[in-house]
Amino acid sequence: MITKEQVEHIGWLARVNIDEEDAFEFASELSTVLDYFGQLDEVETSGVKPTYHVADVMNVFREDKPTDSLEQAAILANAEDIQEGYIKTPKII
Amino acid sequence: MVYENPDGVMIGLEIHVQLNKLATKLFCGCSTDYHTSEPNTHVCPVCMGLPGCLPVLNKRAVEYAIRIGLALNCEIVEQTQFHRKNYYYPDLPKGFQTTQYDYPIVSDGRVVIEGEDGEHVVRIRRAHMEEDPGRLMHMGTIDRSRGTLIDYNRSGMALIEIVSEPDMRSPREARRFLDKLRNILEYLDVFDSTLEGSMRVDANISIAGGDRTEVKNISSHKGAERALLYEIMRQKNIKRRGEEVVMETRHFDEARGVTISMRTKEEEHDYRYFPEPDLVPMRVGSWVEGILETLPELPDARRSRFISDYGMVDTHAKALTSDIRVADFYEEVASKVDPAAAAVWVSDVLKGELNYRDLTVASFTVEDMVKIIELVVSGKVTEKAAVEIIRTILDEGGSPMDIVKEKGLLKVEGDVVDQAVEAVLKENPQALEDYFAGKEKSLNFLVGQVMKKTRGRADARSVREMMLEEIDKNYR
Repeated sequence: MITKEQVEHIGWLARVNIDEEDAFEFASELSTVLDYFGQLDEVETSGVKPTYHVADVMNVFREDKPTDSLEQAAILANAEDIQEGYIKTPKII
Repeated sequence: MVYENPDGVMIGLEIHVQLNKLATKLFCGCSTDYHTSEPNTHVCPVCMGLPGCLPVLNKRAVEYAIRIGLALNCEIVEQTQFHRKNYYYPDLPKGFQTTQYDYPIVSDGRVVIEGEDGEHVVRIRRAHMEEDPGRLMHMGTIDRSRGTLIDYNRSGMALIEIVSEPDMRSPREARRFLDKLRNILEYLDVFDSTLEGSMRVDANISIAGGDRTEVKNISSHKGAERALLYEIMRQKNIKRRGEEVVMETRHFDEARGVTISMRTKEEEHDYRYFPEPDLVPMRVGSWVEGILETLPELPDARRSRFISDYGMVDTHAKALTSDIRVADFYEEVASKVDPAAAAVWVSDVLKGELNYRDLTVASFTVEDMVKIIELVVSGKVTEKAAVEIIRTILDEGGSPMDIVKEKGLLKVEGDVVDQAVEAVLKENPQALEDYFAGKEKSLNFLVGQVMKKTRGRADARSVREMMLEEIDKNYR
Protein backbone atom coordinates (compact mmCIF):
# COMPACT_ATOMS: atom_id res chain seq x y z
CA MET A 1 0.00 0.00 0.00
CA ILE A 2 1.38 3.39 -1.02
CA THR A 3 1.06 6.06 1.66
CA LYS A 4 0.18 9.73 1.25
CA GLU A 5 3.72 10.61 2.44
CA GLN A 6 5.26 8.47 -0.29
CA VAL A 7 3.16 10.24 -2.89
CA GLU A 8 4.26 13.63 -1.56
CA HIS A 9 7.89 12.52 -1.61
CA ILE A 10 7.62 11.33 -5.21
CA GLY A 11 5.99 14.67 -6.03
CA TRP A 12 8.87 16.50 -4.40
CA LEU A 13 11.44 14.46 -6.36
CA ALA A 14 9.77 15.61 -9.58
CA ARG A 15 9.36 19.13 -8.14
CA VAL A 16 5.57 18.86 -8.55
CA ASN A 17 3.28 20.22 -5.88
CA ILE A 18 0.59 17.74 -4.85
CA ASP A 19 -2.16 18.98 -2.57
CA GLU A 20 -3.53 16.89 0.28
CA GLU A 21 -6.72 15.75 -1.46
CA ASP A 22 -4.89 14.63 -4.61
CA ALA A 23 -2.26 12.85 -2.54
CA PHE A 24 -4.87 10.50 -1.05
CA GLU A 25 -6.35 9.82 -4.45
CA PHE A 26 -2.93 9.17 -6.10
CA ALA A 27 -1.94 6.90 -3.21
CA SER A 28 -4.84 4.61 -3.88
CA GLU A 29 -4.42 4.74 -7.67
CA LEU A 30 -0.68 4.05 -7.50
CA SER A 31 -1.33 1.13 -5.14
CA THR A 32 -3.62 -0.41 -7.74
CA VAL A 33 -0.97 0.02 -10.44
CA LEU A 34 1.72 -1.57 -8.26
CA ASP A 35 -0.53 -4.47 -7.36
CA TYR A 36 -1.17 -5.05 -11.04
CA PHE A 37 2.55 -5.17 -11.80
CA GLY A 38 3.00 -7.28 -8.69
CA GLN A 39 1.57 -10.21 -10.63
CA LEU A 40 4.92 -10.37 -12.45
CA ASP A 41 6.60 -11.35 -9.19
CA GLU A 42 4.62 -14.58 -9.18
CA VAL A 43 6.04 -15.77 -12.51
CA GLU A 44 8.65 -18.54 -12.22
CA THR A 45 11.85 -17.07 -13.75
CA SER A 46 14.65 -19.26 -12.41
CA GLY A 47 16.69 -20.44 -15.39
CA VAL A 48 15.47 -17.58 -17.60
CA LYS A 49 18.18 -15.31 -19.01
CA PRO A 50 17.80 -11.64 -18.05
CA THR A 51 16.58 -9.25 -20.74
CA TYR A 52 18.90 -6.27 -20.92
CA HIS A 53 17.06 -4.60 -23.74
CA VAL A 54 13.86 -5.41 -25.60
CA ALA A 55 15.50 -4.91 -28.98
CA ASP A 56 17.80 -7.83 -29.59
CA VAL A 57 20.66 -5.56 -30.62
CA MET A 58 24.15 -5.00 -29.22
CA ASN A 59 27.06 -2.66 -29.81
CA VAL A 60 25.60 0.32 -31.60
CA PHE A 61 28.22 3.04 -31.84
CA ARG A 62 29.11 6.13 -33.82
CA GLU A 63 32.56 7.36 -34.83
CA ASP A 64 34.12 10.29 -32.98
CA LYS A 65 33.41 12.77 -35.79
CA PRO A 66 31.89 16.19 -35.05
CA THR A 67 28.57 17.20 -36.53
CA ASP A 68 26.95 20.63 -36.50
CA SER A 69 25.39 21.93 -33.31
CA LEU A 70 22.31 24.13 -33.24
CA GLU A 71 22.57 27.91 -33.47
CA GLN A 72 22.70 29.64 -30.11
CA ALA A 73 19.51 31.53 -30.99
CA ALA A 74 17.68 28.24 -31.55
CA ILE A 75 18.76 26.94 -28.14
CA LEU A 76 17.74 30.13 -26.38
CA ALA A 77 14.42 30.41 -28.24
CA ASN A 78 12.71 27.99 -25.86
CA ALA A 79 14.00 29.59 -22.68
CA GLU A 80 11.73 31.76 -20.60
CA ASP A 81 14.54 34.07 -19.56
CA ILE A 82 18.02 34.59 -21.00
CA GLN A 83 21.04 36.74 -20.20
CA GLU A 84 24.18 37.20 -22.33
CA GLY A 85 23.80 33.86 -24.09
CA TYR A 86 22.94 31.94 -20.94
CA ILE A 87 19.61 30.45 -19.96
CA LYS A 88 18.49 32.09 -16.76
CA THR A 89 16.53 30.33 -14.04
CA PRO A 90 15.20 31.57 -10.72
CA LYS A 91 17.47 31.02 -7.77
CA ILE A 92 18.31 27.34 -7.22
CA ILE A 93 20.66 25.66 -4.79
CA MET B 1 59.22 2.81 9.40
CA VAL B 2 55.50 2.16 9.47
CA TYR B 3 53.03 5.02 9.38
CA GLU B 4 50.91 4.82 12.55
CA ASN B 5 47.95 6.91 11.31
CA PRO B 6 47.24 8.27 14.81
CA ASP B 7 43.73 9.52 14.06
CA GLY B 8 42.64 6.50 12.05
CA VAL B 9 42.05 8.64 8.98
CA MET B 10 40.44 6.88 6.03
CA ILE B 11 39.99 8.72 2.76
CA GLY B 12 38.32 7.47 -0.38
CA LEU B 13 38.05 9.56 -3.53
CA GLU B 14 35.61 9.83 -6.41
CA ILE B 15 37.21 11.54 -9.35
CA HIS B 16 35.33 12.80 -12.38
CA VAL B 17 37.62 12.97 -15.37
CA GLN B 18 36.51 14.65 -18.57
CA LEU B 19 37.62 12.73 -21.67
CA ASN B 20 38.37 16.03 -23.35
CA LYS B 21 40.75 14.56 -25.93
CA LEU B 22 37.70 13.17 -27.71
CA ALA B 23 36.49 15.26 -30.65
CA THR B 24 32.82 14.85 -29.75
CA LYS B 25 30.58 14.38 -26.74
CA LEU B 26 29.52 11.01 -25.32
CA PHE B 27 26.16 10.56 -27.04
CA CYS B 28 26.08 13.16 -29.83
CA GLY B 29 28.35 14.73 -32.44
CA CYS B 30 28.65 18.14 -30.75
CA SER B 31 32.25 19.27 -30.65
CA THR B 32 34.13 19.19 -27.34
CA ASP B 33 36.07 22.29 -28.34
CA TYR B 34 33.92 24.76 -26.43
CA HIS B 35 36.28 26.17 -23.82
CA THR B 36 36.78 29.51 -25.51
CA SER B 37 33.33 29.68 -27.13
CA GLU B 38 30.17 31.58 -26.33
CA PRO B 39 27.76 29.76 -24.00
CA ASN B 40 25.18 27.41 -25.52
CA THR B 41 26.88 27.18 -28.92
CA HIS B 42 27.99 23.51 -28.76
CA VAL B 43 24.58 22.09 -28.07
CA CYS B 44 22.07 19.92 -29.95
CA PRO B 45 18.75 18.23 -29.12
CA VAL B 46 20.59 15.23 -27.60
CA CYS B 47 22.66 17.19 -25.08
CA MET B 48 19.67 19.43 -24.36
CA GLY B 49 17.55 16.34 -23.74
CA LEU B 50 14.79 17.50 -26.06
CA PRO B 51 11.91 15.08 -26.57
CA GLY B 52 12.35 12.57 -29.39
CA CYS B 53 16.13 12.74 -29.63
CA LEU B 54 18.20 9.56 -29.74
CA PRO B 55 21.63 9.23 -28.11
CA VAL B 56 24.27 7.13 -29.90
CA LEU B 57 27.40 6.09 -28.03
CA ASN B 58 30.82 7.41 -29.06
CA LYS B 59 32.91 4.30 -29.76
CA ARG B 60 36.19 5.98 -28.94
CA ALA B 61 34.87 6.97 -25.48
CA VAL B 62 34.44 3.28 -24.71
CA GLU B 63 37.96 2.55 -25.94
CA TYR B 64 39.30 5.33 -23.72
CA ALA B 65 37.45 3.90 -20.72
CA ILE B 66 39.02 0.50 -21.33
CA ARG B 67 42.44 2.09 -21.80
CA ILE B 68 42.06 3.80 -18.41
CA GLY B 69 40.91 0.57 -16.78
CA LEU B 70 43.93 -1.32 -18.07
CA ALA B 71 46.33 1.40 -16.94
CA LEU B 72 44.83 1.20 -13.44
CA ASN B 73 45.34 -2.59 -13.38
CA CYS B 74 41.58 -3.19 -13.42
CA GLU B 75 39.19 -5.85 -14.71
CA ILE B 76 37.24 -4.93 -17.83
CA VAL B 77 33.66 -6.14 -17.84
CA GLU B 78 32.55 -8.51 -20.61
CA GLN B 79 29.15 -6.92 -21.16
CA THR B 80 27.70 -3.69 -19.86
CA GLN B 81 25.02 -1.05 -20.36
CA PHE B 82 23.85 2.40 -19.32
CA HIS B 83 21.29 3.39 -16.70
CA ARG B 84 19.24 6.49 -16.04
CA LYS B 85 19.89 8.23 -12.74
CA ASN B 86 16.79 10.28 -12.14
CA TYR B 87 17.01 13.66 -10.49
CA TYR B 88 15.41 16.98 -11.21
CA TYR B 89 17.86 19.83 -11.55
CA PRO B 90 18.44 22.26 -14.41
CA ASP B 91 22.03 21.15 -15.10
CA LEU B 92 20.44 18.23 -17.03
CA PRO B 93 17.21 19.40 -18.59
CA LYS B 94 15.99 15.89 -19.43
CA GLY B 95 15.55 15.06 -15.75
CA PHE B 96 18.13 12.26 -15.51
CA GLN B 97 21.81 11.58 -16.04
CA THR B 98 22.83 8.76 -18.34
CA THR B 99 25.39 6.80 -16.34
CA GLN B 100 26.35 3.25 -15.41
CA TYR B 101 25.07 1.43 -12.38
CA ASP B 102 25.52 -2.23 -11.49
CA TYR B 103 27.92 -3.18 -14.28
CA PRO B 104 30.61 -0.50 -14.46
CA ILE B 105 32.88 -0.98 -17.44
CA VAL B 106 35.94 -1.08 -15.15
CA SER B 107 36.40 -2.55 -11.65
CA ASP B 108 38.90 -3.91 -9.10
CA GLY B 109 42.24 -2.29 -9.78
CA ARG B 110 45.14 -0.71 -7.97
CA VAL B 111 47.48 2.26 -8.14
CA VAL B 112 50.78 2.41 -6.26
CA ILE B 113 51.58 5.80 -4.78
CA GLU B 114 54.35 7.17 -2.64
CA GLY B 115 52.72 6.86 0.77
CA GLU B 116 53.61 8.19 4.22
CA ASP B 117 55.88 5.16 4.72
CA GLY B 118 57.07 4.18 1.27
CA GLU B 119 55.12 2.52 -1.53
CA HIS B 120 51.43 2.36 -0.76
CA VAL B 121 48.64 0.63 -2.67
CA VAL B 122 45.35 2.42 -3.28
CA ARG B 123 42.72 0.03 -4.55
CA ILE B 124 40.34 1.13 -7.29
CA ARG B 125 36.78 -0.04 -6.66
CA ARG B 126 35.29 0.87 -10.02
CA ALA B 127 35.23 3.31 -12.89
CA HIS B 128 32.22 4.01 -15.03
CA MET B 129 31.20 6.16 -17.99
CA GLU B 130 28.65 8.92 -17.70
CA GLU B 131 27.68 12.26 -19.21
CA ASP B 132 28.71 15.59 -17.75
CA PRO B 133 25.86 17.93 -16.78
CA GLY B 134 25.68 21.55 -17.93
CA ARG B 135 27.50 24.28 -16.07
CA LEU B 136 25.55 26.41 -13.58
CA MET B 137 26.68 29.80 -12.44
CA HIS B 138 25.01 31.21 -9.39
CA MET B 139 24.64 34.97 -9.46
CA GLY B 140 25.96 36.13 -6.12
CA THR B 141 26.98 33.68 -3.41
CA ILE B 142 25.49 30.20 -3.20
CA ASP B 143 23.43 31.03 -0.11
CA ARG B 144 22.26 34.44 -1.35
CA SER B 145 21.78 33.81 -5.05
CA ARG B 146 19.77 36.11 -7.29
CA GLY B 147 19.28 33.55 -10.00
CA THR B 148 21.28 31.01 -11.96
CA LEU B 149 22.78 31.13 -15.45
CA ILE B 150 23.14 27.91 -17.42
CA ASP B 151 25.57 26.99 -20.17
CA TYR B 152 24.89 23.60 -21.78
CA ASN B 153 28.15 23.45 -23.74
CA ARG B 154 29.52 21.03 -21.14
CA SER B 155 26.33 18.97 -21.06
CA GLY B 156 26.95 15.54 -22.56
CA MET B 157 30.75 15.61 -22.37
CA ALA B 158 32.13 12.13 -21.71
CA LEU B 159 33.19 11.57 -18.12
CA ILE B 160 34.88 8.69 -16.39
CA GLU B 161 34.11 8.53 -12.70
CA ILE B 162 36.88 6.68 -10.88
CA VAL B 163 36.07 5.46 -7.37
CA SER B 164 38.84 4.41 -4.99
CA GLU B 165 38.61 2.33 -1.84
CA PRO B 166 39.14 4.33 1.39
CA ASP B 167 42.85 3.46 1.36
CA MET B 168 44.44 6.87 1.82
CA ARG B 169 45.53 7.70 5.34
CA SER B 170 46.33 11.40 5.08
CA PRO B 171 45.47 14.43 2.93
CA ARG B 172 48.98 14.23 1.53
CA GLU B 173 48.40 10.67 0.32
CA ALA B 174 45.14 11.81 -1.26
CA ARG B 175 47.00 14.53 -3.13
CA ARG B 176 49.72 12.15 -4.26
CA PHE B 177 47.07 9.75 -5.52
CA LEU B 178 45.44 12.55 -7.51
CA ASP B 179 48.79 13.65 -8.93
CA LYS B 180 49.61 10.09 -9.95
CA LEU B 181 46.19 9.54 -11.48
CA ARG B 182 46.39 12.76 -13.48
CA ASN B 183 49.83 11.80 -14.70
CA ILE B 184 48.69 8.33 -15.83
CA LEU B 185 45.65 9.78 -17.61
CA GLU B 186 47.82 12.27 -19.48
CA TYR B 187 50.24 9.55 -20.53
CA LEU B 188 47.21 7.68 -21.91
CA ASP B 189 46.40 10.73 -24.05
CA VAL B 190 42.73 10.68 -23.09
CA PHE B 191 42.66 13.87 -21.11
CA ASP B 192 44.19 17.35 -20.94
CA SER B 193 44.45 18.54 -17.35
CA THR B 194 45.04 22.16 -18.30
CA LEU B 195 41.45 22.70 -19.44
CA GLU B 196 39.14 24.20 -16.85
CA GLY B 197 36.98 21.70 -14.94
CA SER B 198 38.69 18.68 -16.49
CA MET B 199 39.09 16.83 -13.17
CA ARG B 200 36.68 17.21 -10.25
CA VAL B 201 36.95 15.43 -6.94
CA ASP B 202 34.56 14.33 -4.18
CA ALA B 203 36.17 12.95 -1.04
CA ASN B 204 34.83 10.59 1.62
CA ILE B 205 36.62 10.93 4.91
CA SER B 206 36.35 9.55 8.42
CA ILE B 207 38.46 9.33 11.56
CA ALA B 208 38.54 6.43 14.02
CA GLY B 209 35.22 5.82 15.74
CA GLY B 210 33.19 8.21 13.60
CA ASP B 211 30.90 8.20 10.60
CA ARG B 212 32.19 9.46 7.26
CA THR B 213 31.34 12.71 5.53
CA GLU B 214 31.42 13.40 1.83
CA VAL B 215 33.07 16.62 0.69
CA LYS B 216 32.00 17.92 -2.71
CA ASN B 217 33.10 20.72 -5.01
CA ILE B 218 36.84 20.17 -4.88
CA SER B 219 38.37 21.48 -8.09
CA SER B 220 42.14 21.20 -7.57
CA HIS B 221 44.65 18.84 -6.01
CA LYS B 222 45.80 21.54 -3.64
CA GLY B 223 42.14 22.17 -2.81
CA ALA B 224 41.66 18.48 -2.02
CA GLU B 225 44.50 18.54 0.47
CA ARG B 226 43.16 21.71 2.13
CA ALA B 227 39.56 20.48 2.26
CA LEU B 228 40.66 17.20 3.85
CA LEU B 229 42.92 18.88 6.40
CA TYR B 230 40.02 21.11 7.40
CA GLU B 231 37.62 18.19 7.61
CA ILE B 232 39.97 16.12 9.82
CA MET B 233 40.33 19.07 12.17
CA ARG B 234 36.55 19.57 12.26
CA GLN B 235 35.86 15.88 12.96
CA LYS B 236 38.54 15.75 15.67
CA ASN B 237 36.99 18.77 17.38
CA ILE B 238 33.58 17.11 17.37
CA LYS B 239 35.08 13.98 18.87
CA ARG B 240 36.95 15.99 21.52
CA ARG B 241 33.66 17.57 22.60
CA GLY B 242 32.25 14.07 23.08
CA GLU B 243 29.83 14.46 20.17
CA GLU B 244 29.38 12.28 17.12
CA VAL B 245 30.24 12.99 13.51
CA VAL B 246 27.07 12.64 11.46
CA MET B 247 27.08 11.17 7.99
CA GLU B 248 26.38 14.05 5.62
CA THR B 249 27.41 15.80 2.44
CA ARG B 250 29.49 18.94 2.80
CA HIS B 251 30.43 21.61 0.30
CA PHE B 252 34.03 22.88 0.10
CA ASP B 253 34.25 26.66 -0.01
CA GLU B 254 37.60 27.13 -1.75
CA ALA B 255 37.85 30.85 -1.00
CA ARG B 256 37.38 30.42 2.75
CA GLY B 257 39.04 27.00 3.01
CA VAL B 258 36.15 25.50 4.98
CA THR B 259 33.49 22.81 4.42
CA ILE B 260 29.81 23.66 4.86
CA SER B 261 26.94 21.28 5.52
CA MET B 262 24.67 20.80 2.51
CA ARG B 263 21.31 19.56 3.63
CA THR B 264 20.00 17.21 1.00
CA LYS B 265 16.69 15.40 0.98
CA GLU B 266 17.67 13.08 -1.88
CA GLU B 267 18.89 9.62 -0.93
CA GLU B 268 20.55 7.00 -3.12
CA HIS B 269 17.28 5.07 -3.65
CA ASP B 270 15.58 8.31 -4.73
CA TYR B 271 17.58 8.19 -7.96
CA ARG B 272 15.38 5.31 -9.18
CA TYR B 273 18.04 3.87 -11.48
CA PHE B 274 16.74 1.86 -14.40
CA PRO B 275 18.29 0.61 -17.66
CA GLU B 276 18.49 3.31 -20.34
CA PRO B 277 16.05 2.12 -23.03
CA ASP B 278 17.48 4.46 -25.69
CA LEU B 279 20.90 2.78 -25.65
CA VAL B 280 21.54 -0.88 -26.35
CA PRO B 281 23.91 -3.01 -24.25
CA MET B 282 27.49 -3.46 -25.38
CA ARG B 283 29.77 -6.44 -25.33
CA VAL B 284 33.36 -5.23 -25.26
CA GLY B 285 35.37 -8.00 -23.66
CA SER B 286 36.91 -8.89 -27.02
CA TRP B 287 38.33 -5.38 -27.42
CA VAL B 288 40.63 -5.69 -24.45
CA GLU B 289 43.52 -7.51 -26.07
CA GLY B 290 43.79 -5.07 -28.97
CA ILE B 291 43.68 -2.04 -26.68
CA LEU B 292 46.27 -3.59 -24.38
CA GLU B 293 48.65 -3.86 -27.35
CA THR B 294 48.37 -0.17 -28.13
CA LEU B 295 48.70 1.00 -24.52
CA PRO B 296 51.45 3.64 -24.38
CA GLU B 297 54.38 3.55 -21.97
CA LEU B 298 53.14 4.59 -18.50
CA PRO B 299 54.92 6.80 -15.94
CA ASP B 300 56.42 4.01 -13.80
CA ALA B 301 57.81 2.19 -16.85
CA ARG B 302 59.24 5.39 -18.25
CA ARG B 303 60.86 6.17 -14.91
CA SER B 304 62.65 2.79 -14.95
CA ARG B 305 63.67 3.28 -18.56
CA PHE B 306 65.13 6.74 -17.84
CA ILE B 307 67.34 5.16 -15.18
CA SER B 308 68.54 2.34 -17.41
CA ASP B 309 68.78 4.29 -20.71
CA TYR B 310 70.24 7.55 -19.49
CA GLY B 311 71.96 6.39 -16.30
CA MET B 312 70.31 9.02 -14.15
CA VAL B 313 69.48 8.74 -10.46
CA ASP B 314 65.95 7.81 -9.41
CA THR B 315 65.11 11.23 -7.99
CA HIS B 316 65.79 12.76 -11.40
CA ALA B 317 63.87 10.00 -13.20
CA LYS B 318 60.90 10.54 -10.91
CA ALA B 319 60.93 14.32 -11.26
CA LEU B 320 61.21 14.13 -15.05
CA THR B 321 58.48 11.53 -15.58
CA SER B 322 55.90 12.98 -13.18
CA ASP B 323 54.58 15.16 -16.00
CA ILE B 324 54.47 13.85 -19.57
CA ARG B 325 55.31 17.28 -21.00
CA VAL B 326 58.50 17.47 -18.95
CA ALA B 327 59.43 13.88 -19.84
CA ASP B 328 58.95 14.55 -23.57
CA PHE B 329 60.90 17.79 -23.25
CA TYR B 330 63.76 15.99 -21.52
CA GLU B 331 64.00 13.25 -24.12
CA GLU B 332 64.19 15.79 -26.91
CA VAL B 333 66.95 17.67 -25.13
CA ALA B 334 68.78 14.43 -24.26
CA SER B 335 68.81 13.41 -27.92
CA LYS B 336 70.96 16.46 -28.73
CA VAL B 337 73.28 16.89 -25.75
CA ASP B 338 74.82 14.78 -22.98
CA PRO B 339 71.80 13.04 -21.33
CA ALA B 340 73.38 13.15 -17.87
CA ALA B 341 73.89 16.91 -18.04
CA ALA B 342 70.40 17.30 -19.47
CA ALA B 343 68.90 15.36 -16.53
CA VAL B 344 70.51 17.71 -14.04
CA TRP B 345 69.65 20.89 -15.91
CA VAL B 346 66.05 20.00 -16.68
CA SER B 347 65.04 18.38 -13.40
CA ASP B 348 67.12 20.34 -10.89
CA VAL B 349 67.30 23.77 -12.47
CA LEU B 350 64.64 24.34 -15.12
CA LYS B 351 61.83 22.59 -13.21
CA GLY B 352 62.65 24.58 -10.08
CA GLU B 353 62.67 27.89 -11.94
CA LEU B 354 59.36 27.00 -13.65
CA ASN B 355 57.69 25.97 -10.38
CA TYR B 356 58.87 29.15 -8.72
CA ARG B 357 57.12 31.16 -11.44
CA ASP B 358 54.08 28.87 -11.63
CA LEU B 359 54.88 28.15 -15.28
CA THR B 360 54.82 24.92 -17.26
CA VAL B 361 57.55 23.53 -19.47
CA ALA B 362 55.64 24.95 -22.45
CA SER B 363 57.22 28.30 -21.51
CA PHE B 364 60.67 27.05 -22.51
CA THR B 365 61.98 25.73 -25.81
CA VAL B 366 64.06 22.61 -26.35
CA GLU B 367 66.43 24.65 -28.56
CA ASP B 368 67.20 27.14 -25.78
CA MET B 369 67.78 24.36 -23.25
CA VAL B 370 70.12 22.55 -25.66
CA LYS B 371 72.06 25.75 -26.35
CA ILE B 372 72.45 26.54 -22.64
CA ILE B 373 73.67 23.04 -21.81
CA GLU B 374 76.16 23.22 -24.71
CA LEU B 375 77.48 26.52 -23.38
CA VAL B 376 78.07 25.03 -19.92
CA VAL B 377 79.47 21.71 -21.08
CA SER B 378 81.94 23.42 -23.43
CA GLY B 379 83.03 25.71 -20.63
CA LYS B 380 81.95 28.93 -22.36
CA VAL B 381 79.77 30.03 -19.47
CA THR B 382 79.80 29.15 -15.79
CA GLU B 383 76.97 27.23 -14.15
CA LYS B 384 75.98 30.39 -12.36
CA ALA B 385 75.73 32.26 -15.66
CA ALA B 386 73.66 29.43 -17.17
CA VAL B 387 71.11 29.75 -14.37
CA GLU B 388 71.01 33.47 -15.03
CA ILE B 389 70.31 32.84 -18.73
CA ILE B 390 67.38 30.55 -17.84
CA ARG B 391 65.95 33.10 -15.44
CA THR B 392 66.32 35.91 -17.96
CA ILE B 393 64.54 33.92 -20.67
CA LEU B 394 61.64 33.19 -18.32
CA ASP B 395 61.36 36.73 -16.96
CA GLU B 396 62.23 38.89 -19.94
CA GLY B 397 62.49 36.62 -22.97
CA GLY B 398 65.35 36.60 -25.47
CA SER B 399 67.70 33.99 -26.86
CA PRO B 400 70.60 32.46 -24.91
CA MET B 401 73.33 33.95 -27.13
CA ASP B 402 71.83 37.45 -27.05
CA ILE B 403 71.59 37.28 -23.28
CA VAL B 404 75.19 36.08 -23.05
CA LYS B 405 76.32 39.05 -25.17
CA GLU B 406 74.10 41.62 -23.49
CA LYS B 407 75.08 40.65 -19.98
CA GLY B 408 78.69 39.81 -20.81
CA LEU B 409 78.36 36.30 -19.43
CA LEU B 410 81.09 34.59 -21.44
CA LYS B 411 83.48 32.96 -19.04
CA VAL B 412 86.77 34.85 -18.79
CA GLU B 413 89.81 32.67 -18.78
CA GLY B 414 93.53 32.58 -18.94
CA ASP B 415 95.18 35.97 -19.08
CA VAL B 416 92.29 38.01 -17.74
CA VAL B 417 91.93 35.82 -14.67
CA ASP B 418 95.72 35.61 -14.24
CA GLN B 419 95.94 39.36 -14.23
CA ALA B 420 93.05 39.65 -11.79
CA VAL B 421 94.70 37.16 -9.42
CA GLU B 422 98.02 39.00 -9.54
CA ALA B 423 96.36 42.35 -9.00
CA VAL B 424 94.26 41.14 -6.06
CA LEU B 425 97.30 39.67 -4.31
CA LYS B 426 99.20 42.92 -4.76
CA GLU B 427 96.32 45.03 -3.56
CA ASN B 428 95.60 42.97 -0.43
CA PRO B 429 98.87 42.25 1.41
CA GLN B 430 97.09 42.14 4.76
CA ALA B 431 94.71 39.40 3.65
CA LEU B 432 97.64 37.43 2.29
CA GLU B 433 99.46 37.77 5.60
CA ASP B 434 96.35 36.61 7.45
CA TYR B 435 96.23 33.60 5.18
CA PHE B 436 99.86 32.76 5.97
CA ALA B 437 98.96 33.13 9.64
CA GLY B 438 96.46 30.32 9.22
CA LYS B 439 93.21 32.15 8.48
CA GLU B 440 91.60 30.00 5.78
CA LYS B 441 88.83 32.59 5.41
CA SER B 442 91.24 35.10 3.95
CA LEU B 443 91.67 32.93 0.91
CA ASN B 444 87.90 33.02 0.34
CA PHE B 445 88.03 36.78 0.56
CA LEU B 446 90.80 36.94 -2.03
CA VAL B 447 88.90 34.62 -4.39
CA GLY B 448 85.84 36.80 -3.90
CA GLN B 449 87.84 39.86 -4.93
CA VAL B 450 88.85 38.12 -8.17
CA MET B 451 85.23 37.20 -8.85
CA LYS B 452 84.32 40.81 -8.32
CA LYS B 453 86.97 42.02 -10.74
CA THR B 454 85.79 39.54 -13.40
CA ARG B 455 82.12 40.25 -12.64
CA GLY B 456 81.33 36.66 -11.81
CA ARG B 457 82.38 35.32 -15.17
CA ALA B 458 85.29 33.29 -13.84
CA ASP B 459 84.87 29.83 -12.43
CA ALA B 460 85.34 30.13 -8.67
CA ARG B 461 86.96 26.73 -8.28
CA SER B 462 89.64 27.38 -10.89
CA VAL B 463 90.26 30.88 -9.52
CA ARG B 464 90.99 29.26 -6.17
CA GLU B 465 93.48 26.86 -7.76
CA MET B 466 95.19 29.60 -9.71
CA MET B 467 95.40 31.72 -6.58
CA LEU B 468 97.14 28.94 -4.62
CA GLU B 469 99.57 28.35 -7.50
CA GLU B 470 100.39 32.01 -7.70
CA ILE B 471 100.98 32.22 -3.93
CA ASP B 472 103.25 29.17 -3.98
CA LYS B 473 105.21 30.51 -6.93
CA ASN B 474 105.73 34.15 -6.03
CA TYR B 475 104.91 34.78 -2.37
CA ARG B 476 106.36 31.92 -0.32
